[in-house]
Amino acid sequence: MHTLTRLVILLAAMPLASAAVAQTHNANRNAEALAAMKASFEPHGQAGMDRLDQDKTQALCSAYAPHAPPARLAAKLLTANRDSVKYPADGKYLGDWKRGQAIAEEGTGKQYSDDPSKPSGGNCYACHQLDKQQIAYGTIGPSLYHYGKDRGRSEAMLKLTWSRVYDMKGYSLCSAMPRFGSKGILTEQQLKDVMALLFDPDSPVNK
Amino acid sequence: MRAKTKQHMFWLAIVVGAASSFTASLVWAQSATSSDPVSQYRAMFGDDNPADLWVMRGKDLWQKPRGPKNVALAKTCDLGMGTGVIKGAYAHMPRYFADTNKVQDLETRLLTCMVRDQGLDKAAILKNRFGDGDRKSDLEALSAYVVGASKGVPISLPMSHPQEKRAYAMGKALFYYRAGTHDFSCASCHGQSGKRIRLQQLPDLATANPEAQKTYTTWPAYRVSQGEVRTMEWRLGSCFRQMRFPKLKYGSEVAIDLTMFLAKNAEGGKMAAPGLKR
Ligand code: HEC
Ligand code: HEC
Repeated sequence: MHTLTRLVILLAAMPLASAAVAQTHNANRNAEALAAMKASFEPHGQAGMDRLDQDKTQALCSAYAPHAPPARLAAKLLTANRDSVKYPADGKYLGDWKRGQAIAEEGTGKQYSDDPSKPSGGNCYACHQLDKQQIAYGTIGPSLYHYGKDRGRSEAMLKLTWSRVYDMKGYSLCSAMPRFGSKGILTEQQLKDVMALLFDPDSPVNK
Repeated sequence: MRAKTKQHMFWLAIVVGAASSFTASLVWAQSATSSDPVSQYRAMFGDDNPADLWVMRGKDLWQKPRGPKNVALAKTCDLGMGTGVIKGAYAHMPRYFADTNKVQDLETRLLTCMVRDQGLDKAAILKNRFGDGDRKSDLEALSAYVVGASKGVPISLPMSHPQEKRAYAMGKALFYYRAGTHDFSCASCHGQSGKRIRLQQLPDLATANPEAQKTYTTWPAYRVSQGEVRTMEWRLGSCFRQMRFPKLKYGSEVAIDLTMFLAKNAEGGKMAAPGLKR
């Protein structure tokens, strides 16, 4: 009886213990990687050493990669990321699709070799198909061809898409897609222009 | 040799303007929609690889006495297979070297030999680590020569010393380390098979697989778009720039650990470098 109780307690505690071990192990993995990185890089141009420090989302996703982090740990960060989205001050979501297309084509921005006084590109074509003319598109993300045509332009859809481009990590914590708004890659006006590329009926995306 | 230089110059003229930046490579990918530059190159020149010029220069640099100490690397340098032995050396690197008490990749090992044995100036060698036209890189030439002597040799790493095991484990952690303005890690672009950025195929380098073998066994390589032979140190530095990280130091721990991880995932693949790349 006594032994049995002990066994039950032991068995019950085991998964907890191993989860705790896995977690400290993973946390160490990030800390050790960061230490190696700090010794292996030097600041250059606009890219300072602070670029190597991880925020909570980056840390959690790295610690569990290539697996997804436990839902319990991911949930809090998903909410925080979604709450961090800033919607356009004037309530207008759509800018100029032609400028948006140029932003989607542009791959520079934020690299140490880039001029920080110039606006960054979004490089959407690197990962997404967007229209029928540009065949040099990547496939890391889904095709966005007919994005607005298929989904319509309701306020809710505009808001949802804005928040995804602003911070995809509010929806898919470890997404490969950069957080164009939260990380200050694109300005509010640039985000509007890219939104117009997705939604404007005249945009090649919807042709 | 002269004909080769001419072909080389001709090609350089064609690719002038194709710079190393990510956008440039994207623009390049765009303009070469019908067939990629490497196959265009092959169509013009067959399997002739301009890297041969680097191999020849590297052979000289390896065999001739040089530096203040006037000794030849062939007489002093141990790349892990015994003094002066280059056959198969690259296929078993990175590895632990007792004399430096470090895990080293080919590039850092060559540096050790050039500085310690030949008495050459480290800063001067590193200043020209990446060749650019008339400014030649001795490290790139030597790498091209040494790696050529591993053709057909299957990659297999010693992986017996604790530091070698640690380098591999660190390499793996680094491969998945996300940071920077764009949240990128190596796995963002090389974590699965069958994806591409613009038109460039992205090899899956995260696990041991045939794609990882094919990729690793063809480095160092002649880069058609740059008209230079580049080594893995350059490739990693270039991907880190695209990741918006600060500048990777040449011969750093991160470079060596990641190379260890990539090499391990390529084990069993037969070396076929210097390769020919976009
Ligand atoms: C490095 C890759 C990458 C880049 C660059 C990128 N995306 Fe994405 N995008 C993705 C991935 C991957 C997804 C799938 C969502 C996920 O990860 O869960 C996605 C999803 C989306 C979605 C949601 C699609 C849907 O059907 O719900 C939109 C909208 C989008 N991206 C727009 C953009 C725009 C606009 C840009 C440029 C400003 C851009 N993306 C740049 C990788 C990328
Ligand atoms: C934002 C996308 C991206 C990230 C992140 C990235 N790479 Fe790359 N990588 C590329 C592209 C695109 C190429 C092909 C470039 C070319 O051909 O010029 C490439 C090429 C390579 C190659 C050579 C492939 C071949 O076929 O010869 C290696 C090796 C490599 N990357 C390793 C890495 C490692 C290691 C990391 C992390 C430190 C990394 N990459 C991060 C986009 C990326």
